[in-house]
Amino acid sequence: MEAIILQILNGLDKGSAYALIALGLTLIFGTLGVVNFAHGALFMIGAFCAVTLQRLLNLSHEVIDDTKKDFLGNPLKVDVPYLADWFGADAAQTIIQWSVPLAILFSIPIMILVGISMERGLIKHFYKRPHADQILVTFGLAIVLQEIIKAFFGANPIPTPAPPAFTGSFDFGALIGMENIIYPYWRMVYFAFAMVVIAGVFAFLQFTTFGMVVRAGMADRETVGMLGINIDRRFTIMFAIAACVAGLAGVMYTPINSPNYHMGMDFLVISFVVVVVGGMGSLPGAVLAGFVLGILEAFASMNEVIDIVPGINQIIIYLVAIIVLLTRPRGLMGRKGVMEE
Amino acid sequence: MLGLATKDFVLLLVVAVLCLFAPVLLNPFPETSDLAQFNAGYPDLMQRFVIFGIFAIGFNILFGLTGYLSFGHAAFLGVGSYSVVWMFKLLNYNIVPGLLLSLVVSGLFALAIGYVSLRRSGIYFSILTLAFAQMSFALAYSVLTPITNGETGLQVYGNDPQYLQGDSAPNIPHLFGMTMRATETVEFGPWLWQFNAGYYFCAVVMLIAFYLAIRIFRSPFGMMLRAVKSNQQRMRYTGLNPRPYTLAAFVISGMYAGLAGGLMASMDPLAGAERMQWTASGEVVLMTILGGTGTLIGPVLGAGLIKYLENILSKINDNILHQWFAFMPDGLEDFLVAIVHPFIGKGWHLTLGLVFMAVVIFLPGGLVEGGQRIGRLFGRKKPAEAEAKAAAKTPAE
Repeated sequence: MEAIILQILNGLDKGSAYALIALGLTLIFGTLGVVNFAHGALFMIGAFCAVTLQRLLNLSHEVIDDTKKDFLGNPLKVDVPYLADWFGADAAQTIIQWSVPLAILFSIPIMILVGISMERGLIKHFYKRPHADQILVTFGLAIVLQEIIKAFFGANPIPTPAPPAFTGSFDFGALIGMENIIYPYWRMVYFAFAMVVIAGVFAFLQFTTFGMVVRAGMADRETVGMLGINIDRRFTIMFAIAACVAGLAGVMYTPINSPNYHMGMDFLVISFVVVVVGGMGSLPGAVLAGFVLGILEAFASMNEVIDIVPGINQIIIYLVAIIVLLTRPRGLMGRKGVMEE
Repeated sequence: MLGLATKDFVLLLVVAVLCLFAPVLLNPFPETSDLAQFNAGYPDLMQRFVIFGIFAIGFNILFGLTGYLSFGHAAFLGVGSYSVVWMFKLLNYNIVPGLLLSLVVSGLFALAIGYVSLRRSGIYFSILTLAFAQMSFALAYSVLTPITNGETGLQVYGNDPQYLQGDSAPNIPHLFGMTMRATETVEFGPWLWQFNAGYYFCAVVMLIAFYLAIRIFRSPFGMMLRAVKSNQQRMRYTGLNPRPYTLAAFVISGMYAGLAGGLMASMDPLAGAERMQWTASGEVVLMTILGGTGTLIGPVLGAGLIKYLENILSKINDNILHQWFAFMPDGLEDFLVAIVHPFIGKGWHLTLGLVFMAVVIFLPGGLVEGGQRIGRLFGRKKPAEAEAKAAAKTPAE
């Protein structure tokens, strides 16, 4: 029992990342009808927003500190962050430690900008082209974005720690009267954050006029256009929101896995599988499939399972995808008529 | 001739002549000049040109004719490599049994994957093939270590049985005694030409593969594959089942990929799981699109261009750039070097991505379409455009 709960918990954080990326992919696909292979790159850009903010906050200048001496007895030069000059040393220390949560605020405008410029600059021209062309051009874009990030930040993973308040682990077992269920705080934060974002997106689509128009546009774009609504602009905004969701997923994921330039591609392949399993164009399907696959992956990584079926942890996601696609071609919650042939 | 129309035969002949003289043609700069770094006429690179040419030709039979975009072709490449190395380990270093086995194994593998994947089309097909390839990669990397030797990669060790290895037979890959590494070096004035046995073997295989591809393109079977691309619905209404045709195309292109993988292992007796990763599948997609989808010569051009750029761009470094821009004022020189820097050396993927995007956006027909457009600019037909002209019969869509 403990093992099962532990694996479910373990699956939640990866599942959250899958669900968030797949949600964005589905939003783009459902609104613009574009298969976006560059979505993983957006996830990565989000993660590197956190890195950038961390570096910006750490910008410092040298000050000669008379109290410390080096081994020759000369006064030592100390790097002092500009923040320390403005807010005092302790406050600066705290701000720097909290750089990842702060990066949420920092990344939203950046991701919106990236999303809008991507849609207006490139993807707009590909609505009428075949899906293969869309896949190819966004695949090319993904390579370019990833290489630009690599040129700026190098090829090595960059550690971005979580704030000290969340670095420990949480004894989840004590809460429900069981033992040996230890779970890192940050992963819980990630899960909670993902739930908030997902709920936010759904609420936005369900309960606002804007969301209503977007849903109407997803169902029948031409009619909405004929009613005198500028549906293209709303879809552009939806693209920016999808980019934001992917970016936020990336920002919050940095303490779990140090960001490197190819993390986007790694997640992208799986996210596509998630979208297809959930059902192309179905938002609840994408979220559900994200969590299901994340948890299944965690279960398949248990030693007991690997002993029975060796290597299952590596292939479980693809295996599930193949089975689902062959038995339920529309995916778990796919709608009729969306991307059938 | 050879059952080909005159135009196709000319095209085949041109490719054959280019292959024959490639060691000379690709080394236009004397060895002593500064430009020698742009030479591509050394065996290793030329082998890669033709091997990836085979890979791309095969991929084009599937993608160019039927329009099914597979993102998992690297799996067949890997399978082919493993087959050849296993034959080296079990029999001897003769490459023929290995290549035959690689054809058979990759064909069977493609049959199994294609049978399942082709139940879906469009994006679903791409994802399914991607999933299968990633699965093969993950398995080859972990569980199948007894067969694939995992991370280390499969290679021949001293204690392998090699039942047919004679005493006099060479201890490196060979074709009935002719080793693949045998290289004849000819010095002609300042030029240095290397004629490599392995390259010529690959080139012959490539020509055969190219010839078969032309035959397929021009056959009724090729017509059926085009029908699959243009309108499956209508094809079904005429009473034809598209599935067997697409499956056949998938298996054929899988065998091409397996053959390419086998040749890779024949030139350098090593096989690693990373050959099956999806980035490798992406690479062959890039080659085919860059050259021109659905055209005969396009994929070969694309493969050559990408491998050439990979090799040359990744070799250039800042020092070389400084030499080139040395005639300029210092400030401007540094500025230009700083601008060009991200695109060369390790950053050559950036160049590749940009070129690829530009091609997809502005030139969906790839280099071949570019050639046609330039050809049209200059109006009248010249012999140099015969290639583009021959390809024009199969317009890139």
